[in-house]
Amino acid sequence: MAISTLRIVWLYPDLLSTYGDRGNLLVLAHRARARGIDVEPMQIRSDQHIPHTADMYLIGGGEDGPQAVAADRLLQDGALSRAAEAGKPILAICAGYQLLGSSFYANGRAYEGLNILDLRSDRGPSRAVGEIAGDAHPQLGIGPITGFENHGGRTHLGEAVQPLARVTAGVGNDGATEGAWAGHVIGTYMHGPGLARNPKLADLLLAWAVGTDPAQLPPLDDTWPERLRFERFQALQAAAQ
Amino acid sequence: MSANLTPRAKFATTLLRTAAALSRATGRGDGSVIGGRVGLIVEPRLLELLAEGRHVVLISGTNGKTTTTRFTTAALEAIGKVATNSFGANMPTGHTTALAKAPKAEYAALECDEHYLGQLLDAANPKVVALLNLSRDQLDRAMEVTALAAKWRQTLQASGAQSTIVANADDPLIVWAASVCPRVVWVAAGQSWTADSAICPNCGAHLDRFGEFWRCTNCGLNRPSPQWSVAHQGEAVVGPDGRRYDLNLQLPGRVNRANAATALAVASLFGVDPAQAAPRLSEVASVAGRYAKVERDGRHLRLLLAKNPAGWLESFDMIDPVPPVVLSLNAREVDGFDTSWIYDVDFTSLAGRKVVVTGDRRTDLAVRLEVDGVDFLVVDDIRAAIAAVPPGPVEVVANYTAFQDIRAEFNRVN
Repeated sequence: MAISTLRIVWLYPDLLSTYGDRGNLLVLAHRARARGIDVEPMQIRSDQHIPHTADMYLIGGGEDGPQAVAADRLLQDGALSRAAEAGKPILAICAGYQLLGSSFYANGRAYEGLNILDLRSDRGPSRAVGEIAGDAHPQLGIGPITGFENHGGRTHLGEAVQPLARVTAGVGNDGATEGAWAGHVIGTYMHGPGLARNPKLADLLLAWAVGTDPAQLPPLDDTWPERLRFERFQALQAAAQ
Repeated sequence: MSANLTPRAKFATTLLRTAAALSRATGRGDGSVIGGRVGLIVEPRLLELLAEGRHVVLISGTNGKTTTTRFTTAALEAIGKVATNSFGANMPTGHTTALAKAPKAEYAALECDEHYLGQLLDAANPKVVALLNLSRDQLDRAMEVTALAAKWRQTLQASGAQSTIVANADDPLIVWAASVCPRVVWVAAGQSWTADSAICPNCGAHLDRFGEFWRCTNCGLNRPSPQWSVAHQGEAVVGPDGRRYDLNLQLPGRVNRANAATALAVASLFGVDPAQAAPRLSEVASVAGRYAKVERDGRHLRLLLAKNPAGWLESFDMIDPVPPVVLSLNAREVDGFDTSWIYDVDFTSLAGRKVVVTGDRRTDLAVRLEVDGVDFLVVDDIRAAIAAVPPGPVEVVANYTAFQDIRAEFNRVN
């Protein structure tokens, strides 16, 4: 593979790391190392410059106040937008997902987003809390997805993005679709963390980062993640009956 | 106290005790919640009436409130009878029951759920309020933690500052909430989990930390000088005048020495000599099953309750480095349905020892441990976990309902 050391930037853990978001970084590092790819995880605080040269960028979820501060600092820094233009994989969760759009709602008002994804978010009628599941966009080739959501926002997708998934349980963007995807940028309401519960999504991001096809990545023993997925889907089925 | 109760309040108290006794007799629990509910229906002001004339301390925070309440009760018992909600029923129904059951107690040490602090400030008119720490806990059903700190700050300000606050100088969220009060006694109670206070709760700027000191570079919020602290060497608490009070706690860990420091600070505000109180804390061997030692088939289990990331990190700090560890995780309603927080806990310190996982959500733990490179064995329940480890000491760490399941297996050990 083209890359010997994979540099993964985790953005703003000081502001946006409310629901085990570090887990996505840990899962990516674990799955890369298991394939012999060295990983250099880089935790970048909101008072530090964002490196331009990383291979992947992660941003997590958080409360209204920190979300607004994070968006402001990301706009000033500019590196995340350039990374998106350069085709670097970006995974954004919940509040981090919302701020990639054109606008989001926090602290009782609308804020300007980064315009990396063609979407906007506003406030929903109620908080969406609980297990979420869906069928991922077929082009992504990752099958059903599972996670846990906890957000008050609703997200409206524009023409230039695809939904990450069709919702089969939970709310996601609006009760019909969940998350968004364009190029190598993925946004989602799934924490849990999302990549621990969706190893194929983790591998898709890794494949994008190293410039290969997911099918080319050596397979891993996913007995435990697969069992966890089975349990979570089964729990949703039991709850629906 | 109860001599002054109105006939209605007396009637409500009698019904409360009857309901609690019935609940216990029918094996439904200790009756604290149902008793209090019945009493409060008959006399909505019952809690207020029962608290009147007593010297009350409220103890709240994310972690350590049950243990600190037990320590405080032990210390206050040096000077009189103490009403306390020792069953962990820490909402107004439980407080009402605790007071109703101890009509002659001049003092009350009440553990208070974080979300009921305002209500209790109004109803119980506490002389002292101890605020331990705030960190993320059951986020799917509770408030996010900065919002909770803001609510406390507002509540304390609105309460008219009748109480003296005993507060943790090492937790920026606690300092921010408590600093609106004119009388605060600061305790260096430590902070094992700093991720929820990376930024200033007051202004959103970054907090600078150097060792135990922290300050906001923007608004100036900083660590107050503590009057009470845990000694750096040996098992002792250091009081405001620099005097050392030796501890010989049965409960493990730095965090319990800090809980002891808070209890001594509270007790001294009630006029208890810390030198007289300190030995009483050493008599506490377990707290509602927490830290209890039980034996089965030659396995000596120590039971540790840990409900959130801060609690799990504190447990890993307490456990002996060699024995096998059993981890049990549930995600029922009171635990929070969301297990994401286990990714906020670093499990790498468990690598190289025998780790057995169980509980409703054992598969979540399995995935988590695999990511951290920790070998593990997955079993169905605590019995299977015991069978899977050799005779000798075993450390058991479990979250709330998982812990209660294990306690049930050991005859609800206290």
